Amino acid sequence: MADSSLARAIRGASLKRWDSAVGVLLVVVLLLSFGFVDGFGNGLNLSFLIGNTLPIALVALPMTLLVVSGEIDLSVASTAGLSGAVMGALWNQGMTIEVIIPICLLLGVVCGLINGLLVTRLGLPSLAVTIGTMAAYRGIAQIVLGSDAVTDFPTQYLDFAAGRIGDTFVPYALLPFLVLLAIAVVVLHATPFGRSLFAIGASEEAARFAGLRVKRQKLILFAVTGLTASLTGIFWALHYASARYDNATGLELSVIAAVLLGGIDFDGGKGTLGGAIAGVFLLGALQNVMSLQDVSAQSQIVVTGILLVLSVLGPRVARQVSLARAARAAG
Amino acid sequence: MTHPSDPGPAPVLALKDISKSFGAVRALRDVSMELYPGEVHALAGENGAGKSTLIKTLAGVHRPDAGQVLLDGAPVVFHGPGDARDAGIAVIYQEPTLFPDLSIAENIFMGRQPRRALGRIDHKATHSATAALMRRLGVELDPDRPARGLSIADQQIVEIAKALSFDARVLIMDEPTAALTGSEVARLFGVVRTLREQGAAVLFISHRLEEIFQICRQVTTLRDGAWIASEPLEGMTEDDLVRRMVGRDLDELYPKQDVEAGEVALSVRRLTREGVFTDVSFEVRHGEIVGLAGLVGAGRTEVARAVFGIDRWDAGEVEVDGTLLTNGAPSTAMAAGLALVPEDRRAQGLVMDMSIERNIGLTGLRTTVRAGLMDRGAERSRSLDWAVRLQVKYARIADTVNTLSGGNQQKVVLAKWLATGPRVLIVDEPTRGIDVGTKAEVHRLLSELAADGVAVLMISSDLPEILGMADRVLVMHEGRLAAEIPRSEATEETVMAAATGRAAA
Repeated sequence: MADSSLARAIRGASLKRWDSAVGVLLVVVLLLSFGFVDGFGNGLNLSFLIGNTLPIALVALPMTLLVVSGEIDLSVASTAGLSGAVMGALWNQGMTIEVIIPICLLLGVVCGLINGLLVTRLGLPSLAVTIGTMAAYRGIAQIVLGSDAVTDFPTQYLDFAAGRIGDTFVPYALLPFLVLLAIAVVVLHATPFGRSLFAIGASEEAARFAGLRVKRQKLILFAVTGLTASLTGIFWALHYASARYDNATGLELSVIAAVLLGGIDFDGGKGTLGGAIAGVFLLGALQNVMSLQDVSAQSQIVVTGILLVLSVLGPRVARQVSLARAARAAG
Repeated sequence: MTHPSDPGPAPVLALKDISKSFGAVRALRDVSMELYPGEVHALAGENGAGKSTLIKTLAGVHRPDAGQVLLDGAPVVFHGPGDARDAGIAVIYQEPTLFPDLSIAENIFMGRQPRRALGRIDHKATHSATAALMRRLGVELDPDRPARGLSIADQQIVEIAKALSFDARVLIMDEPTAALTGSEVARLFGVVRTLREQGAAVLFISHRLEEIFQICRQVTTLRDGAWIASEPLEGMTEDDLVRRMVGRDLDELYPKQDVEAGEVALSVRRLTREGVFTDVSFEVRHGEIVGLAGLVGAGRTEVARAVFGIDRWDAGEVEVDGTLLTNGAPSTAMAAGLALVPEDRRAQGLVMDMSIERNIGLTGLRTTVRAGLMDRGAERSRSLDWAVRLQVKYARIADTVNTLSGGNQQKVVLAKWLATGPRVLIVDEPTRGIDVGTKAEVHRLLSELAADGVAVLMISSDLPEILGMADRVLVMHEGRLAAEIPRSEATEETVMAAATGRAAA
């Protein structure tokens, strides 16, 4: 008993260290980039960095909650793409943007509910379900908009999505994101709902026996994830002034890599939103630096993929090492 | 310490003044013990008394800090479990770990199957060697059957056969009966007797005292890491043994108070879940403890799960204090005043990686809230309050529950549910696998709750517990309620007769 509790203490500490290690790593990468990467520190680049990272950051908010509860949603990028495509198609039909946006958001909720119902009502694994809907939603996006690119959205919306506050490098869009981040932090770390997500992720059966409404909570999470993905799709189309069926392709890879990099346990039940967001901006900064160094987009995907594997591997190796050390210490 | 009745054979394995510390914790202090061939020797002690450390020392997992292990009278040093196995010492754990997709024979001869030419595995030889082992144990198990789907009892028998295939002369059985039914225990004991007659020395660990008296001749008792006594069981009573283990007189193991039963609290009417249980009706009144007995698999746990809402029922209804419960909704059952302490505390009762505080807090997520946010102060004081009231032994309330002993984990589960102020409490195997001191505490608690007007439904496979605690005994047999027996008529015979379908209900 003495040895195992020691090992557990070390294990707990190593997870916390992983969290803060990512924060430290982010600071180090930023400092090095300011010092050694040409063009990193200028205002225009910083606003690019933030603007390009915002879609990842936005989707990472509900994704963190979802992974903590032991589920995952791979269809987020397709939901974002579908939402952008529907927005473009309806705009071509002559609808006003004020009507289109609520419709797209509702569509996102429906996409999320479909995932959620398949997972909670039929008991299917979310990994499999959302690989399926990832393909399906993207396919529908292509049916809706074909290979068109819609670019002529109203200027004030484009300006908001791409613009910066005064002379600073801070994009307007960062402000609503910070509000959403604050809400997500409070929900995950300070409400009964968030508390129960940790319990569900750590042991769904024990959560059910404690009277928690596991299925309902998961369904809500999937719906919110769909909503956020669709919001991201709208932002994407406006930010890049282009609604295409293949918008945000591969976004799910970045989001999941960033969230896991930030110390969210893939098996559920562990992690903090602070860590996840540090992971997001670490990944964003790396992608930005690679772009400045003329690393091709394909190579960047390779790096993201490797990071994903490493971020799943890292905490586990750390845990194994500390367990082995504890076992040796206990003799 | 000398062997009184049987001066003939020498001990096959002996411990002499063994001490072992982990950091500042002295797990074993000057413990001595002798195991003789052809004898079943019990190792008794509460959780934390040092039984596990002693077993691991014998099995070569731990090396003692001081003292000697003597094999056939000669000192030996085990550098690892392999050394102990080669010396003929085998440990059978409570939950065996077989490869589910391999056959029984393959599991037994894993990694050392008889070979034919070109290194091919000789399946025929493996099969016949396994069949021979099974004959030696006097059991019928098909060597080619996959391990998947074997009962825990059969898995243990496979482990025993495996031990024999290594020519084990000393078998250490660590709580082998904890997860077995009555008939499985009887079968296991048959195997143990066969081993004994064939000259094996068996060290037997069990929390069920009656089993110790049934199968063992000698007993060594540990308390807080220290050797208390090694003595023949003949002439001892269960109370004597308990006194050795806890170092004081237990007030009583079954401190049941007489309580005047009040209004009906829980009413289950014609409840049916197809293929699982059928037409189950009963009532529990405020102040009553009703025992629910029956063999494992008779449907007791399944009824409890359905009543609480974990599983849906197909027909019937459940009422708690006049409120009809919604089918399949634990949250409404909780709101109506129902609590369920489930059978499997590690998988169902607790989130093992969560703190004591938060585990108790899980049932209070609706109450320890201010303005929609968690009220951490209220959560902590609620958890501390109940942890203290139930005398949970822990270092810090923020420690994860997997650092606690089984008995303390069970207290956390009870704390978690008592904190909801239940009017009806269902407890499923409330004392399984916990030491006798904690067991008495749990019984006293249940008795006090009943005295305070809580209606208690107690499911248990521990017949003395049912007989000692229950005002009435309900007995299930093959998914149906077979009998309802008042306290005055409840005996082992009447309950077992109903549980095995021999009684006219």
